[in-house]
Amino acid sequence: MSATTTAPDGRGARVLPATEGSVVQRILRGAVTPGGAVFLLVAVLFIAVVWVNPSFGEPPQLIRFMGRTAPIAIAAMGQYYVIVAGEFDLSMGAVVATQVVIAGNYIGEDESRVLPALGLMLLVGASVGLVNGLATTMLKVPSFIVTLGTMLALGGLVRYLTGGAATGNPVDSFREIGRGGIQDVPVLDVLPYPVIILAVVAAAGVWLMRSPFGKTLIATGDNPDAAGLAGAHVWWVKTRAFMLSSLSATVAGILLVGYAGVHPSVGAGYEFTAITAVVLGGVVLGGGRGWLLSAAAGAFALELLFSFLNFQEIESTWRASVQGLIIILAVAASGRAWSLGRRPARTSPPPQPSSEQAAPAPSPNPARPGTETGEN
Amino acid sequence: MSSTTHPHETPEDVRRRRASRPKAARQLGSTALIYLVLVGVVVASAVLTAVEGRNFFSQGNIWGVLTAMSVLGLISIGQTLVILVGSLDLSVPYVVSLATLIAAGGMKGLDANVPAAVFNTLVLCALIGLVMGLLVSLLDVHGFIASLGVGLIVSGYLATNYQGSHGAAAPDVRLLGRSGIAGIIPTAFIILLVCTLIVTLLLRYTRIGHHLYAVGGNREVARMSGVRTAVPVIAAHVVCSLLAGLAGLMLLSRTGVGLPTIGSQGRYDLLSIAAVVLGGTLLAGGKGSVIGTIGGVAIFAVIDNVMGVMQVNPFLKDFVRGLVIVLAVAVYARRSVVSRPPRFGPDRVLPLPGPLAGPASPTDKEPA
Repeated sequence: MSATTTAPDGRGARVLPATEGSVVQRILRGAVTPGGAVFLLVAVLFIAVVWVNPSFGEPPQLIRFMGRTAPIAIAAMGQYYVIVAGEFDLSMGAVVATQVVIAGNYIGEDESRVLPALGLMLLVGASVGLVNGLATTMLKVPSFIVTLGTMLALGGLVRYLTGGAATGNPVDSFREIGRGGIQDVPVLDVLPYPVIILAVVAAAGVWLMRSPFGKTLIATGDNPDAAGLAGAHVWWVKTRAFMLSSLSATVAGILLVGYAGVHPSVGAGYEFTAITAVVLGGVVLGGGRGWLLSAAAGAFALELLFSFLNFQEIESTWRASVQGLIIILAVAASGRAWSLGRRPARTSPPPQPSSEQAAPAPSPNPARPGTETGEN
Repeated sequence: MSSTTHPHETPEDVRRRRASRPKAARQLGSTALIYLVLVGVVVASAVLTAVEGRNFFSQGNIWGVLTAMSVLGLISIGQTLVILVGSLDLSVPYVVSLATLIAAGGMKGLDANVPAAVFNTLVLCALIGLVMGLLVSLLDVHGFIASLGVGLIVSGYLATNYQGSHGAAAPDVRLLGRSGIAGIIPTAFIILLVCTLIVTLLLRYTRIGHHLYAVGGNREVARMSGVRTAVPVIAAHVVCSLLAGLAGLMLLSRTGVGLPTIGSQGRYDLLSIAAVVLGGTLLAGGKGSVIGTIGGVAIFAVIDNVMGVMQVNPFLKDFVRGLVIVLAVAVYARRSVVSRPPRFGPDRVLPLPGPLAGPASPTDKEPA
């Protein structure tokens, strides 16, 4: 994957733009893509927040903020798998609500039920994803409609079973997962469990996207027909993406039990916030483009923005408007940037391949367009 | 046609003749399928209603179903246009709420203010649609994001400036909400029918209608064929927001006051998209009809009605609704996606299996 030989006439191996140049050059080039720009956005917003409220920059405050943002960041990463495969998952909020209610009612005050409950919740999450995925791939129903259906069905069922009110209360040891942390850490004061879970989920996700599954997932999102002809089991790849999404929603739900109460409305609107974060991270709706960690960074950018608005004492009702404005601007800008990142590379490629540049390129050079997607 | 056999025809000729028949004759169109499903749903509902000891076809019940159809129907017509052109509109619930507030605020309960208030409302809605259309067509923002963003902006405005009900509808407007023909067909439903007719004619017989399908089918190909791709996209979004505004006015005629959450409570964004897809329109765009959408809306209205009669728990209603959406779409989504246009024109013939393939003409030997 590091080098491709496109021409048999001895023009030699041409290095892919993703891997040419020094580390600094590569980072700079990555920062220009929408997936990289979101990290700059996070930095700018962070500076803005600290400028407004200096205490926010202190490590204990900061790590608590990260803990608060962890659920939505995990949900955003889950949504990323589905979006990069070219689908949508609108059932996320309903899955979160379901898990919260399961935790509240099944565990109750019984300490010994925590582990079985975790297993049950993961099982429920995986099966919701399986249903979403199979209905999308096997029945050929658009995923927007399938997940809308599961959202209505699951949400309705949960509200019906609970009567629409808060019920049950899990033991504190379960709530500690979302609420507690390792005490007496140097510098940070406290290291919340959500931050650890976020780090583990992110690391696992990065590993997954570098594995053959990840490559197939991106290929499937870019062009399912081509991926299918190349031998990928498109239905199974997409189904697994849906399962990952629902499992992420499950983890987010487990964390949210600690913060919020046990109420069927806990996950309301989570799907759109997650999609917003993913889109803010420069991931292209329609699939095939984007980086996993950018999605998480998008979630952080969104939360930082809300913190900034809070500190500015802007009415919280304007939050929605700002969110709307931001995603439109981000997508408009990133649409430009992806096309800028793609086309000029053909006419003026960076440093090395001068021989390639001279050729009028009658033969298509493969692997070129997709290369910005990976690990910048 | 297939029953009449010509004695001098070879099997090959029969195959050729059958293959060249228009597709609609061989296979039920998706619109026809929707209405078949609708008939099935109506029959089932009538039976279930009868079990409860009531009459589905009673005057009041029909009035109820048709009224329930009218608001979602109007929004879904607009949504159909937007989806046909390859975009999406998630902002409709907020536009609906905004329309009720602006109109109610403008009318202030006086008949004299009606024309100005209606005009202002519709112009504002059209402007919102114009903004979305420009975002989608000129800035290349995905319709999902553009409409979600615009919807969020409007919802922030609503939440900040309106806490509860606002303004009052003029008596004439309220009267309109209760009027109808013979106590069976509400005026709102007639408005829906008129809009359906106009939009159908627009799609079938005008240039912009054809361009709408072309752009929705493949924007690049449409552009290369000389279509100004921006025009149909903008037109679809403007009409969609206008119809959402009209639906808001219709709601206002029923409630009498402007409510900032009436649209989001109705979940008109997702339900209208579901109705459009239920009506046989491809979510990816380029294929579908407004007539089918109305069928989809009718299915929803009938199911809601029968659940109301059976006094189903309102939360359980959502469960049933979700199930119906997925199952109903699953029934025919498969066919509409799998069926492809013939590759070699109408008289394409598949290679014959077995010994019959021998004497066939060379064109028939092409791989399928």
